[in-house]
Amino acid sequence: MMRCPEFRYHAAKTVEEAASVLADHGPKAMLLAGGTDVVPNLKRRQHRPEVLVSLRRIPGFAGISIGGDGAAVIGPGTTLADLALDGRVAAEWPGLSRAVGSIASPLIRATATLGGNLCLDTRCNYYNQNYEWRQSIRFCMKAPAPHGSALTEDAGGSVCWVAPASPRCWAVSSTDGGPMLAALGATVELRSKARGKRDIAVADLYNDDGMLFLKKAPDEVVTRVRVPRAAGQKSAYWKLRRRGSFDFPVLSVAAAATFSKSGEVTDARVVLGAVASMPLVLAESASLVGKSLTDDVIAEFAGAASRHAKPMDNTDFQTAWRRKVTAEFLTGALRELRGDDPRTMGQLGRRVARGASCLG
Amino acid sequence: MPDPRIRLTVNGDPVEVTFGGHKTLLEVLREDLRLTGTKHGCELGECGACAVLVDGKPALSCLILAQEVDGAAVTTVEGLASDARLHPLQDAFLECGASQCGYCTPGFLVTARALLDRKPKACRGEISEALAGNICRCTGYIQIFEAVERAAEKMGGEPPR
Ligand SMILES: Cc1cc2nc3c(=O)[nH]c(=O)nc-3n(C[C@H](O)[C@H](O)[C@H](O)COP(=O)(O)OP(=O)(O)OC[C@H]3O[C@@H](n4cnc5c(N)ncnc54)[C@H](O)[C@@H]3O)c2cc1C
Ligand code: SF4
Ligand code: FES
Ligand code: FES
Repeated sequence: MMRCPEFRYHAAKTVEEAASVLADHGPKAMLLAGGTDVVPNLKRRQHRPEVLVSLRRIPGFAGISIGGDGAAVIGPGTTLADLALDGRVAAEWPGLSRAVGSIASPLIRATATLGGNLCLDTRCNYYNQNYEWRQSIRFCMKAPAPHGSALTEDAGGSVCWVAPASPRCWAVSSTDGGPMLAALGATVELRSKARGKRDIAVADLYNDDGMLFLKKAPDEVVTRVRVPRAAGQKSAYWKLRRRGSFDFPVLSVAAAATFSKSGEVTDARVVLGAVASMPLVLAESASLVGKSLTDDVIAEFAGAASRHAKPMDNTDFQTAWRRKVTAEFLTGALRELRGDDPRTMGQLGRRVARGASCLG
Repeated sequence: MPDPRIRLTVNGDPVEVTFGGHKTLLEVLREDLRLTGTKHGCELGECGACAVLVDGKPALSCLILAQEVDGAAVTTVEGLASDARLHPLQDAFLECGASQCGYCTPGFLVTARALLDRKPKACRGEISEALAGNICRCTGYIQIFEAVERAAEKMGGEPPR
C-alpha cells in the first residue's frame, strides 16, 4: 500500500480560518480541497506539508449562481461533476462544460473541485513518479530530497532532467479549467489574512515557471470564480489526450469569441493549454477582430499561433507530432466557434465532441 | 499526535473508528474496519478498484483522507446485498459473465449502483460514460455494460430499496 506521510489535519470551518492557518504556518501548510491532486502527490512525496487545511467543511464554498448581470459565480469547492452537469453553464459557456467534463474520470470529477483544478500542480514525466523512482535517477529541482535526509550527498536537487542545462523547471501546466476560464475572461477572488481580498483575471493567475507556476501567493485562498456573460459569445474546448478518459491534456485549445450580427468577430481570446508551464493566451487572438472566420482566416491564424507550441519531451506523445497537430486543433476549435459541428470534422472532431456528451 | 477518531455510517451501521491520521478511507476500510471487499489497485486514482459511495455519490477511497469523511455515510460493495439476497446488479454480473478475475468488480458494482440510483433507465452511452473511471483488464467491458442494462431491467426502472 502506498501511504501518505504524517501530517496534522485541520478542518477549516470558514475561509478566514483557512487563511489564518496558512498565514501562521507559511509553506509548511497546504490547502486540501478534493484531494485528487494533493493525495497522489503526498503518497509519492512530492509534497510533505506539516499541516493540511481541509476546505471541505466550509459552508457555501461550493455552489453555482447566476448573477443579475448574467455572470456565473462559482464557489471554488464546486465539484467538477456538478459544474459539468449544470444546464445553465452548458447553455451559456459550452466550452467550460466540455473542458471540465473532460477532466480525469467521472469518479475523480465527483470529488475534484474547480479551485483545486485552477491550482493544480504542474506535471512532468520525471516528477510524477514515486519517491524511489525519483531518487534512483537523482531528484530534480522541482522536488529535491527532503531536508535532513541521509542522502543529501548524491541527492541531486539542482538539475532539470528535461533540459539539463536549464536553470529553470519546464513542468507543464495541465489544468483543463485554467485555459478555458482564461479564454472566457473569468476572474478569481483571492483572500489572505495579511492583505484581505483581491480579484485577478485567470489569464493573469499563472507564471511561465514549472515550480513557481502561480501568481497567487502561498497564503492566498481562491474564494470565488466569476465567469462574465458576453451576449452572443461562443466557446469551444479541444483537448488532446491518449485515452478518452483519465488522461491529462497533452495539448488543448480553449477558444471564446463574440460576433457582430453580420458575423464578424468583435472580441476573441484563444488560449493554448499543456504546451508550457502556464496556459498561453495567444496575442494573435486580436488579429481575428473585425474578420469573419473563413477558412482562410482560420488557416492563417492557426499557422501563426501554432508556432507558440514548443512542447518539451516530458509528457505523452512525440514532440514533433504534438507541434504538428497544434494547427489542426486550433483550426477545429475556431471552426466550432463559427458554427461548424465538430462531429462533421472527421475522427478528431468526433472524439472531441464526445467529451461531455452523455454526462447527464 | 494522538490518532484521530471519527464516527461514520458504513453500510447503514454506525461505526466509530480510531486510526493513523495519515490514512485514506481505503486503508481504514480494509485495515481498521476489515472490510476487504473494496480493492486497492493503483492507489493513485487511475483504476477505480477502490470506488465506494460517500453520501450516495461515487468516490475513490484511495484519494480521500479518512478524516474527511467524519460524519458521512459510506457504502461499500459489502453493503449492496440485503440479508442473503444479492443486489440485482450482482445477479446480473453473475448472469452476464461481467466478472472474471473479479478484482475490478466491487468498484464497478458501486459505481453502477450510484448511476442507477440517479438514472434508473440509463442508456448504454450513459452507462459507458459513468463507468469510464473504472478499468477492467479481463472482460473487455461489453459484458459489464450488458449486466448494468440487465440490472436496470430487473429493477423495472426503479431505484433499488
Ligand atoms: C488519474 C487522474 C487524472 C487526472 N486528469 C486530469 C485532467 O485530465 N485534467 C485536469 O485538469 N486535471 C486532472 N487531474 C488532476 C485533478 O484531479 C484535477 O485537476 C482536480 O480538479 C483537482 O482538484 P481537487 O479539488 O482534487 O484539488 P486538490 O488536490 O485538493 O488541490 C490541488 C491544489 O490546489 C490547491 N487548492 C485547492 N483548493 C484551493 C483553493 N480554494 N484556494 C487555493 N488553493 C487551492 C491545493 O493546495 C493543491 O495545491 C487528474 C488526476 C488524476 C488522479
Ligand atoms: S521539467 Fe525538469 S525540473 Fe521540472 S519537474 Fe521535469 S525534470 Fe524536474
Ligand atoms: S485504487 Fe483507487 S483508483 Fe486505483
Ligand atoms: S474482471 Fe478482472 S479486472 Fe475486471
